Amino acid sequence: MPGKLKAKIVAGRHLPVMDRASDLTDAFVEVKFGNTTFKTDVYPKSLNPQWNSEWFKFEVDDEDLQDEPLQITVLDHDTYSANDSIGKVYIDIDPLLCSEAATVISGWLPIYDTIHGIRGEINVLVKVDLFNDLNRFRQSSCGVKFFCTTSVPRCYRAVLVHGFVEELVVNEDPEYQWIDRIRTPRASNEARQRLIFLMSGELQRKIGLKVLEMGGNAVVGYLQCFDLEGESGLVVRAIGTACTLEKISTFPATATHPSNSSPSKDMKDSPQAAPSTLGCRSTHSSPVHSASSRLSQGFSVSVPTLLFAGMKPRHRSSEAPRARQCRPGFGEEAPGVPLSSGPPTPLRAQTFSSFSPSKSYSRQSSSSDTELSLTPKTVGIFQCPSTPALDSESSPLPSVHLPCHLRPVMSSRSTTPPLLHISQSDTAMLRKSVSFSEELMLAASGMGSGGSVGKEAGPLKALLRQQTQSALEQREYPFFTLTAFPPGFLLHVGGVVSARSVKLLDRIHNPALGNTRSYKLLDWNSFAADEPETRDAWWEEIRQEIKSHAKALGCHAVVGYSESTSICEEVCILSASGTAAILSSRFMQDGPPDTEHRLSRQPLCVFSTGSERVEGDMGSSASLGFEEVVSPGCGFCHIPYDELNIPFPAQLTYCYCCRRYKVPDVLFTTIDLPNEANVTGKGCLIQARLCRTKKKAQGEGNATAISSLLPFLEYELHTQLMNKLKLRSMNALFGLRIQISVGETMLLGIASATGVYLTALPSPGGIQIAGKTPSDITYEQHISTMQKKINDTIAKNKELHDINPPEVVEEIIGSPIPEPRQRSRLFRSHSESSDEVSELDLSHGKKDAFVLEIDDTDAVEDIHALLTDSPTPAGFYSCNTEIMPGIQNWTSAIQMFTSVRVFRLNANLTNQGLNKIFSDLCENLLKSLYFKLRSMVPCCLCHLNFTVAIPEDELIQVAVTAVAMSFDKEQPLENGKQSGEKTLIKAVTENDEQLQFNLELNAETSSSNPRSSPKGLSEVGSHLSARDRCSSWIEQLKLKAHTIRRGSVKTTSSLEKASPLPEGRSRSLRSDRSYSGSSVAVVKMTPLSFIPGAKIIKYLGIINMFFIRETSSLREEGGVSGFLHTFIAEVFAMVRAHVAALGGNAVVSYSMKECVFMENPNKNQAQCLINVSGDAVIFVRESELDSTLVQTQSATTHPSNGGEGT
Amino acid sequence: MSVELDVFVGNTTIMDKEVYQLWLNGYTVNDAVKVRIEGGVMEECEASAEVLLSDTMDQYRTFQMCERLLHHPAKLANQLLFQIPPDRQAMLIERYYAFDDSFVREVLGKKLSKGTKKDLDDVSIKTGIMLKSCRRQFDNFKRVFKVVEELKGPLVENIRQHFLLPDPLARDYAAIVFFANNRFETGKKKLQYLTFQDFAFCAGQLINNWTVGAVDNMMEDMDVDLDKEFLQDLKDLKILITDKDLLDQHKSLVCTALRGKTNVFNEMEANFKNLSRGLVNIAAKLINAKDVRDFFIDLVEKFIEPCRSDKLTSIDVNLYLTHYTNSAHILDTFKHHTVWTRYMGVIKSCILRMYHD
Repeated sequence: MPGKLKAKIVAGRHLPVMDRASDLTDAFVEVKFGNTTFKTDVYPKSLNPQWNSEWFKFEVDDEDLQDEPLQITVLDHDTYSANDSIGKVYIDIDPLLCSEAATVISGWLPIYDTIHGIRGEINVLVKVDLFNDLNRFRQSSCGVKFFCTTSVPRCYRAVLVHGFVEELVVNEDPEYQWIDRIRTPRASNEARQRLIFLMSGELQRKIGLKVLEMGGNAVVGYLQCFDLEGESGLVVRAIGTACTLEKISTFPATATHPSNSSPSKDMKDSPQAAPSTLGCRSTHSSPVHSASSRLSQGFSVSVPTLLFAGMKPRHRSSEAPRARQCRPGFGEEAPGVPLSSGPPTPLRAQTFSSFSPSKSYSRQSSSSDTELSLTPKTVGIFQCPSTPALDSESSPLPSVHLPCHLRPVMSSRSTTPPLLHISQSDTAMLRKSVSFSEELMLAASGMGSGGSVGKEAGPLKALLRQQTQSALEQREYPFFTLTAFPPGFLLHVGGVVSARSVKLLDRIHNPALGNTRSYKLLDWNSFAADEPETRDAWWEEIRQEIKSHAKALGCHAVVGYSESTSICEEVCILSASGTAAILSSRFMQDGPPDTEHRLSRQPLCVFSTGSERVEGDMGSSASLGFEEVVSPGCGFCHIPYDELNIPFPAQLTYCYCCRRYKVPDVLFTTIDLPNEANVTGKGCLIQARLCRTKKKAQGEGNATAISSLLPFLEYELHTQLMNKLKLRSMNALFGLRIQISVGETMLLGIASATGVYLTALPSPGGIQIAGKTPSDITYEQHISTMQKKINDTIAKNKELHDINPPEVVEEIIGSPIPEPRQRSRLFRSHSESSDEVSELDLSHGKKDAFVLEIDDTDAVEDIHALLTDSPTPAGFYSCNTEIMPGIQNWTSAIQMFTSVRVFRLNANLTNQGLNKIFSDLCENLLKSLYFKLRSMVPCCLCHLNFTVAIPEDELIQVAVTAVAMSFDKEQPLENGKQSGEKTLIKAVTENDEQLQFNLELNAETSSSNPRSSPKGLSEVGSHLSARDRCSSWIEQLKLKAHTIRRGSVKTTSSLEKASPLPEGRSRSLRSDRSYSGSSVAVVKMTPLSFIPGAKIIKYLGIINMFFIRETSSLREEGGVSGFLHTFIAEVFAMVRAHVAALGGNAVVSYSMKECVFMENPNKNQAQCLINVSGDAVIFVRESELDSTLVQTQSATTHPSNGGEGT
Repeated sequence: MSVELDVFVGNTTIMDKEVYQLWLNGYTVNDAVKVRIEGGVMEECEASAEVLLSDTMDQYRTFQMCERLLHHPAKLANQLLFQIPPDRQAMLIERYYAFDDSFVREVLGKKLSKGTKKDLDDVSIKTGIMLKSCRRQFDNFKRVFKVVEELKGPLVENIRQHFLLPDPLARDYAAIVFFANNRFETGKKKLQYLTFQDFAFCAGQLINNWTVGAVDNMMEDMDVDLDKEFLQDLKDLKILITDKDLLDQHKSLVCTALRGKTNVFNEMEANFKNLSRGLVNIAAKLINAKDVRDFFIDLVEKFIEPCRSDKLTSIDVNLYLTHYTNSAHILDTFKHHTVWTRYMGVIKSCILRMYHD
């Protein structure tokens, strides 16, 4: 009984009229947790009742605390008939269970009814007294922090990254229970909402347990999804990355303190978790083979394994560098290309060497530690003499370490197994490394006959084989849901790996059907135990596939990993994708808390804060310190695979940055652009859209049809992406997200990514069109006009995105090589200077042009489609990554939005017709967004996240969530004038903006990004068009300014400019002027992990909410649009209210995971389910930060109050 | 292919002032799109008609959802559904409660009842204001009326607090409520030349001087009704015209004061008894509700028209009324000085305002 939950019901307001006669309401409240219910008194005849109840106390298990929501029901008392429900509030108390998150939930929360929507608000107070449970066999995982953010959260630093955690829970869907036929829609919806709340809680708890097992204390990149499988049930699954995070102290005085305390905390955590590790692990593990035998019960078509195994592995394994995939007959290569152990070997070495410190505090360990920190410096030095050329080209890591450290470590490990259990984190580390070695083992065995075994790998092999036996039993995936990494973590990127599988959903043979226990979650070990395992097995298959793809790319890890499903009737497509990568072992090690170690880690720690773009000098100094450690801005582009055994056709060249390592000609990834990456110009959103018709079918036939369509769909999406990338003269895609949605009669595919020009990669050649029949003159002409059009577009795009790749200076290559590191420096500075005199490079002839063959009408259509993508209007940029490469100086004006459209198609459309419609749909949606947000210009739509669905036949649903962020043009000359103008536009567009300090920001960016300052200048100098655009924008602004009436807005902005008041105060001043009564705090929402111009000082916990809304008076509520509009607004309102109640003033990493909309216009009915998530945070404006720091040394609550203001 | 559903929701609710005005003016979505196209937004932002239609529909929907809240502006500030910056909220409210002078002229002083509402289509045709907009304005009047009718304390302040309106607008509403409550006749042909602002000014004078609240802020009465006691006392002023001596004495005093100061002195002298009778009769009859309604028409018929036919300028009228008021205090037998001052102060400023040269 380790927890006491206390709740107090204070008051209500804006309640609906429940008694027609008096136009009033007699409201009371039921507070329920688990099976305990309390009631308040009836507050008669009021729409604004003041209950001011006592504290209701629930004494509960922490397990229940994690699983259950606090359920508050507001009712209207009725003497004669049953009490009418007004609505409910579900409160997730999870944030209160973590000492570092929120401490109290207090505030006005909307009372929600699934039929009527929000009906007034209720003011509640919720607290939790948690007794520490040190029971090693506990089932709860209180205290594990969850973050939706897919990077290291802003006020933390990653001490360790443990790896992949996943879990899923299954239940039957209340909507499909027999009882649903007799209960009201309201009851049914509420049952569903509650169930999903419970399931999410349980899921989170179980994931938390796994994290504790691994020795971590947080899950980053937590991604939870629902599969509404209809009659076969409801699956809630989640993946994430287990980490050990450490809070960064913002106060310089105490800066050293946390680093001192944290290792001891780790130590404290580990002993309690370690024993349960072993116990739990075994109970959970579901062997692959048993699962697969179960699989055979139902029909299953697994695309990757069954269909493609021998055919087109590159299709999925290597989406990235597919420049030549258009050529016919690429399938001659064997799947699972054996790989040389050259590249991976040094890594293994690193991994193992990292063991030594954790196991013994010996001289050896410390020496290896220091060497680790030195490692990158020594790269060049060691490289030449000792390793074969092959290695040196593909891996910048020192393979030299191998002989000295690896062997002793290995032997010590195999001889002293008990050492494995020393500490929990150690065990986790072990498992990690074991899985690596397993990979290597597989690779090695795969090589067997033909592979060129590296010199070092030979002696290793025998040792590794011993490990592998046990390693094979571990089911560990080297996957990371992160998309942004602490600098130095990501070494190389191989390319996108993805796998899809088509499954038939089987019915649940569930004895609980109709049982009174239907609400209770099914127990793993009882009757339904096979259910989750089946789903587990499905995902396991996919993950294995992904893993093997990554391996084929010479990578040991998959980053930016995500999973998704699309369900139509009983067919389900499971998809997983990620980016194959090689990671540094730096964050995967554990070290003794000795001073030396900490010292060596110090720059690292600082640097994790450096990942904050908004951070000031701290980041820049860190980057200075790091320059020597990481290969600057191009390292991640270097190929991780063996040049001689490229797993797919790609063209390799020497890196255009450092000239030392090979890079592919195109790079596709699912991650965010690394901060340190060298980019030329700006990026842009690139989207491939595809629609394919499909015959209506049932069951197996349907599944087969879909799985045979999938590869073509995916192939074409990639072709489109590649074409569009070339057309924009770019050479890399980041944040690639391919979604395939299945309907009864069609398949939809949408691939979105942010295209950029990576300086390290070769300049993309143009697109050349080749006809099949050169004899025809008119045809020739047609082709040449088309060619001209394409060339024009490319030139225009280059200008639009400021792509002026530095002309490669040949002499560099020929010049004598002094010292590797220095050389790269030299080159970089050279490229900077050459930047200014660069000219537009249109010499496609020199490089291989990308050839498009027009052999039939299809191809012509394709090319037309290629050219119809309309450019973004002036002043707008768009991307689907966190921020736009090439834009730095964001203002604080942000506007998050969700837009949903549903289109009805005419029957009997051809594929081409469908394609065009679908493409237009997306384009028009984008155009609408640009128009809507025109007042924020110049701005960038960031994190544009498209989700498509086919809710029913002939309907296409597209949902977009993104954030529009304003930025300042880099115009030092007009700075003063512009900032004046800017405050105006901000006053127009934003409520709580703060004046941005231009100079500060510029200084920051120039110092942290070495290439930006000279470049910025040259940009201003050479791009008149950009300035033209900007000046026209200023004109527009002036017009705007004139339209502002009364001048009240102007005075506000000038007041802000003049007064150094903290924002909270100035805002409250403003609000005092107009209304004194406003009690609504402003809550910002953004899908990004940060808020421009502000610093996140506290994470309050995860927000994960699920709502159902139903109506039987659709027309009266304004039709489908009115209905959904209200619902989405209500969801936003509830998210904001819950964040405010936690004491927060923003939600970061917000996303709408699910938006299932169903309508039945004939019955005047509609239903919609929405699932949203994000991280509740407290932020303070950077300008306020200094003052708040001075004011309060310790309290974080103070700035929160200041931030809320109104 | 058709768009079934099209929704855009921002965390901060996006509202276009221009579209808001079109919505308030009662334009249909399609008409609003036409107006916007003519306004040139499309060229400015590289948009298509389709985009414009989608945006307009979306905005209209947002406004419709907000309308419920605008009916109780205080709610707008502490509702959770829409995150609207305070300056935007103020704009929304102010514009929602703004009205057309030409419309309000038509309904001023009329009972804010269903019957009047039914006649709004005629008003719409007459004024050229769209019926939808007429209805909104009418409903606003009615809503404000209903809320403040029962409230104690100063009328303007009540309106300002309950509807969060800026001061000038709150005063206008006070006038409308006051007129509606007392059912002043404003629609007669003779009154057509008067603007709403003229009446609003007069209403302000009446509210500030002739209601219960005007004398005693602590009185537990309302600002919307005229002070009954005062109206009763006004009867006593009749002595000024019924007592022959007093009338002559008054006349001679006024004439002495005026002589040589104006070139319409003769007309003034000739008309003195007539004008004085008119003003005092108005005062004496105000105790009857029916005569209260005719207050303005009486002022025009009994005073303004005669003056105008004698070609008095407003300076002349001012002069005349000043001396007319002051002279009464010198009269020996006239005792009702307070009532007289309270009455004539308002009458003078009303007449001056209503006296258009």
